[in-house]
Amino acid sequence: MNPEIYTLRINGTSREVRDAWIGESLLYVLRERLGLPGAKGACEQGECGSCTVLMDGDAVCACLVLAASAVGAEIVTVEGLGATADTVTDVQYAMVQAGAVQCGFCTPGLVVAIHHLLDTNPEPSDLEIREALSGNLCRCTGYGRIFDAVSDVAARRREEARR
Amino acid sequence: MSGVLVPATLAEAVSALAADPAATLLAGGTDVMVETNFGHRRPERVIALRGVPELRQWHHDRDQNTVRIGAGVPWAQMEQGELAALVPALAQAARTVGSPQIRAAGTLGGNLGTSSPAGDGLPVLWALDATVELVSAAGVRRVSAHEFTTGVKRNALRPGELIAAVEIPVVTGWQAYAKVGPRNAMVISVVSACLVLDRPAGTVRLALGAVGPTVIRCRDTEQWLAGQLDLRTATTVPADVANETARRVSAEARPIDDHRSTADYRRHAVGVLGRRLLERAITS
Repeated sequence: MNPEIYTLRINGTSREVRDAWIGESLLYVLRERLGLPGAKGACEQGECGSCTVLMDGDAVCACLVLAASAVGAEIVTVEGLGATADTVTDVQYAMVQAGAVQCGFCTPGLVVAIHHLLDTNPEPSDLEIREALSGNLCRCTGYGRIFDAVSDVAARRREEARR
Repeated sequence: MSGVLVPATLAEAVSALAADPAATLLAGGTDVMVETNFGHRRPERVIALRGVPELRQWHHDRDQNTVRIGAGVPWAQMEQGELAALVPALAQAARTVGSPQIRAAGTLGGNLGTSSPAGDGLPVLWALDATVELVSAAGVRRVSAHEFTTGVKRNALRPGELIAAVEIPVVTGWQAYAKVGPRNAMVISVVSACLVLDRPAGTVRLALGAVGPTVIRCRDTEQWLAGQLDLRTATTVPADVANETARRVSAEARPIDDHRSTADYRRHAVGVLGRRLLERAITS
């Protein structure tokens, strides 16, 4: 494999990465090489969760993925969750409605983690919500409104499924 | 070889490593990438193991009554289900590793490869007398967990070898892992302990983490306990035995002061964990 050029599958499209150093994290490549700044960089050691992305269906910290090793994996970032220039996802909407966004730095990582939680466990208990989001730090909200937003989305999706 | 190699089979990984024994082996990335992000490590050639299916499998050998867990099985897969039922202490340890994001990526093989004194999986492997299976171009080498780590972040891996799997005996009886840290999530162990009560054999096994350069098996305490209680049948622990257990466990620990805690606190806390695990094991 040529280290200078590799291709990643991101949000359903193939993206070529050129002239990268092989030690670069997926977070760095997303933000600095591919123009996808949604995943945030804070701790660079997997503690804060602000860089959470989906990799082959698992929520992982992009800062701990060696980008060049992610060849062949399906990667979804917060940009790929379905929001458009004019619309937000149901999770993003619920976060805004619940007042779960303050400084906003942790929000993209939380949005990815919440989508992942509700897609794999549509009716999480309070404990399961806390556990699923334990890897995403928020220093503003105290988490209460974030947990409210998760419950709101779960209820809304249940309601929609009944219709 | 240059750059990053992502082999698709174990044979490919082994031959790539044989050709370049100095290459960095990358499992879940949760240790290697932290060091790389902070500039403590500058990998030039990497063999990434995430695409090797043989490393991501586990199975229960009913004849041997052992569980063989591939080195690339992530923590998330050990947390619940059939594997957790076979090795409950390992499931408990898995649930205490980092966060869900870390547990989706990090692996048991990576824990062994890093050989940190605080590795959460290690006391479990030591208490259960696990065997580590190493593979190289020369073949398979099996090493007892007790001989695998040789110091802080040092282990018995030889150039050209990679960790393929861990073989763990299934034990009948209560077993658990406990750890102390500043919060319930996202915590590196200040101290940890794994206790296994083997009821049919009438033995108890206790391994301590983060209180020495490698995991410490409390052989003296184990032997002493077997003389105090009939471990096949006992259902209560007299208070004096419980307290003496804590004292003996503390005495077997060899903790140090560092940025996470002090030696004094560690010595005290690990004794508490030992006593608590014993009481739970006997009364369960």
